[in-house]
Amino acid sequence: MNLDWSLLTPEYILAGWAGMLVLVSLFWRGFRKDWLPYLAAVGALTATLTSLVWINFDTNFAGIIEINNYTAFFRIFFGLIALFVILASARFVKDKLSHPGEYYALILLATLGANSMAAATELLTAYISLELLSFSLYVLTSFAKFDARSNEGGLKYMLLGAFSSAIFLFGISLIYGVTNTTQYSGISQVMAGDISSIDTALFLGLAMILSGLAFKVAAVPFHMWTPDAYEGAPFPVTAFISAISKAAGFALFLKLFSQAFLPIVDDWRLFIAALATITMVLGNLVAIQQKNIKRLFAYSSIGQVGFLMVGMASLSVANTDAASAILLHLVGYVISTLAAFVVAIIYFNLTGKEKISDYNGLAERAPFLALVMSIALFSLAGMPLFAGFATKFILFQTAANEGLIWLAAIAVVMSFISLYYYLVVIRHMYLGKATESTRLSVSWIEYVMVGSLAVGVLFVGIYPQPLFNAVEASTQFLYTASHAVSVVAGNRW
Amino acid sequence: MEWAVFTTIALPAITAVMLMVIPSHRRDLIRYTATLSGFALFIISLLIFAKYQFAGGGPAFEMQLGWLENVAFLGEKGITYHLAVDGIAAPMVLLTGIVIFAGSLVSWSIDHRNKDYFILLFLLVSGVFGVFVSLDLFFFFFFYELAVLPMYLLIAVWGSSSDFGTFIRTKEYGAMKLTLVLVGASTLVFIGILATFFESGLGSFDLQILGSVAYDENFQKIVYPLFMFGFGVLAGLFPFHTWSPDGHVAAPTGVSMLHAGVLMKLGAFGILRIGMTLFPEGAAFWSPVLMTLGVSGALYGAISALSQRDLKYMIGYSSISHMGYVMMGLATMTAIGVNGAVLQMFAHGVMTALMFAMVGALYQQAHIRDMTAFGGLAKKMPRQTAFFVIAGLSSLGLPGLAGFIAEFHIFVGTFHTFPWAGALGILAAAITATYILRMLAMAFFGPFNQKWEALKEMGPTDMAAGAILVIFLAFMGMWPMPFVDRISSTVANLPGITS
Repeated sequence: MNLDWSLLTPEYILAGWAGMLVLVSLFWRGFRKDWLPYLAAVGALTATLTSLVWINFDTNFAGIIEINNYTAFFRIFFGLIALFVILASARFVKDKLSHPGEYYALILLATLGANSMAAATELLTAYISLELLSFSLYVLTSFAKFDARSNEGGLKYMLLGAFSSAIFLFGISLIYGVTNTTQYSGISQVMAGDISSIDTALFLGLAMILSGLAFKVAAVPFHMWTPDAYEGAPFPVTAFISAISKAAGFALFLKLFSQAFLPIVDDWRLFIAALATITMVLGNLVAIQQKNIKRLFAYSSIGQVGFLMVGMASLSVANTDAASAILLHLVGYVISTLAAFVVAIIYFNLTGKEKISDYNGLAERAPFLALVMSIALFSLAGMPLFAGFATKFILFQTAANEGLIWLAAIAVVMSFISLYYYLVVIRHMYLGKATESTRLSVSWIEYVMVGSLAVGVLFVGIYPQPLFNAVEASTQFLYTASHAVSVVAGNRW
Repeated sequence: MEWAVFTTIALPAITAVMLMVIPSHRRDLIRYTATLSGFALFIISLLIFAKYQFAGGGPAFEMQLGWLENVAFLGEKGITYHLAVDGIAAPMVLLTGIVIFAGSLVSWSIDHRNKDYFILLFLLVSGVFGVFVSLDLFFFFFFYELAVLPMYLLIAVWGSSSDFGTFIRTKEYGAMKLTLVLVGASTLVFIGILATFFESGLGSFDLQILGSVAYDENFQKIVYPLFMFGFGVLAGLFPFHTWSPDGHVAAPTGVSMLHAGVLMKLGAFGILRIGMTLFPEGAAFWSPVLMTLGVSGALYGAISALSQRDLKYMIGYSSISHMGYVMMGLATMTAIGVNGAVLQMFAHGVMTALMFAMVGALYQQAHIRDMTAFGGLAKKMPRQTAFFVIAGLSSLGLPGLAGFIAEFHIFVGTFHTFPWAGALGILAAAITATYILRMLAMAFFGPFNQKWEALKEMGPTDMAAGAILVIFLAFMGMWPMPFVDRISSTVANLPGITS
């Protein structure tokens, strides 16, 4: 058993930094509170940079955590998400929330949970990591103590989340009961063999795990918590949920289904395809009626989850195409959504407004913010020049290549429908008449943040080859890890 | 010359970036920059057209840069930035060059946020050139969507609403309708691309590689309509044309010119370049449908134009009528008919841009476009009237102007294949003559309406724009050989085209 403790250094840094932030804010009276975010940002950055050391490794810790390019990819990805969210939180937390130390500590702990979700090779480790992420998010959602909406959203999120965790755990116990192991590779070995005598319990367990994960990534019909949690949570926390809980959820989802459950892919493909369909349709259609920008993003993120589920339905024993396409789209989605959220947060800080109609005349008052918002929204809608076009194109082509052309066709149509509600926001920004005409003052650090996210969206949209290479390097490990997978010839849908 | 093809895409993009840097209060500097860039594009496209060696009709000035290769399902040359010009693309590139130059000239009158306007306009032009010169299916679609993307803001911010008395067609309505219909139609194209790539199984989006496959006949019959309708909507294919008059009327002059003049051609070009080239058997199977819809559009557009009072709506419906001829030409699947279709694309592009430019110049002074409210304008604005008359005469197919050459080719092709459609097409041409002459008589000739005493001749930029367009209308009408040579050399090599 390999017990090389140094493999977990980025996680130590995150945990230690989180503890340090709490202690500093509690006991160091002279420390200026508005420096805390920058201290936390240094922590996130340090963890991210430290993760670079473990690129091109292929090892594991005690058989429960593996350190390879897949882990490294997500460590860097999550670290950067945390960095941007922390920086975007600074002004909001200072103005509107108390206990900044705990706030930033929780963000780092959530990142730690997310990292471990991507790294786990075993169901219980995955479960504990998932709970670490979820609990941090429950607390963060209800962080605005005196705001009823925040409390409501947090409570809903927690109650439903606890319920779904229980289902997830029950699924694990069923799987363990029939396979005698919680290791992904062990499960896949059992599944590759003859499973006809145990299939009822196995599929029940699989279905429960699938529902638990569908809840975490907010797939329909397990999405009910999303709009309320999004609307109630403090604005930067909404951004954090929409970025990291989706990304980490899919990191786990993808790993689990491309390693443990891959041998019986033909049995679950249609279920995920059906989930993907209703998720895309419902998310995108309901988004049209939203009046609040946070609820709009909630439903639009549900729609995006549907697109990612199209990728999940396209997983194949023969190649890693779908896994790569999912990661690619995930990165495109997260960069675009963060860009949109950071603009919305800045606008909220300056005006305290979050209705879509409040964005009237933003193009006059803050042209750069309106431009970046438009770029982000067009990217989410899958228009060219921006990340969404290239990543969706690859994702849908993958589905078509797996013979799921009907699913790809639904995805294409839903992607078009999403353009409408994004255009509505753009219409308000560029055509609406502002009630005030004063220019909004945006600080240089906000300009840098917004600008770099916009550059990211454009870079992925115009030249995705470097990102795609990184994605391919990390998804290779998904398949080499499940060595024992023997291809079971099954019926193709 | 490879550089020139690349420049047609890069220069508008660079211009857009340059304009971003210029402070927005330097309005004249912005105008000069845009016009200079438009002029440069005009010269470059003229050069490409002139230098294209039409013998053989193959693609020339090829350039290929790797973009996304050897990842996932993409093999060698998976997605490449593959550019070239052939005999069909060359006139289209020239058309785009002409219209953007003229369009940047007429856009001088725009004062409200003209920086943002020109940025979006040049982004659009970059997409248009990209579609015409791309030989990679991914980039073809990339640029196709890029050409639609800026449309919403261009129309909604700088456009104008039409008051019909009982109701108002707002510019926001026109913009949203246009954007949603066009992007909605492009989902069909998207699905078609996904299916084509999967079916070919070659791991490449390169059109030459995809074109080397003989697709199963049933597959062709299923996939071809995706491209035919998907692209057809942008070409104003009846009965999916209703976005076009609303959108064109709401758009500012420069955008109407580009949209009716060039963007609608992207649709017809897409049918020809992707649909008919990759799936000739599917095209042959569906050609009666395309012919029927084409003739219906030609007739319906002409009849609708006959009953319009708003000058811009009249031009909008006449565009549908003329694009119906293009569809007829394509549906013949004969060399002469397809030649005619491409000629008509060029002729209509220049002619309709001229009409929109002249209506724009008139609207700028009079602030209404109702033709019944005018009368005898020729007295006050003789040059503008002359330009309008030339455009109108080309539209109704007067020999010596561009429209005649194109329509003649199309009708010859149609009478060989679908004689009934040819007869109806001639009828549509007769109606065209009626509405054009009616409009000219109402607005520009006859007794002078004293109310318009204050009207003046159009300004120098409008005049220059009109003059360029008139020159090309007359040039093609009197000496069509440069066009016919280039187009026919490439069309002759298309699969499934009978001579």
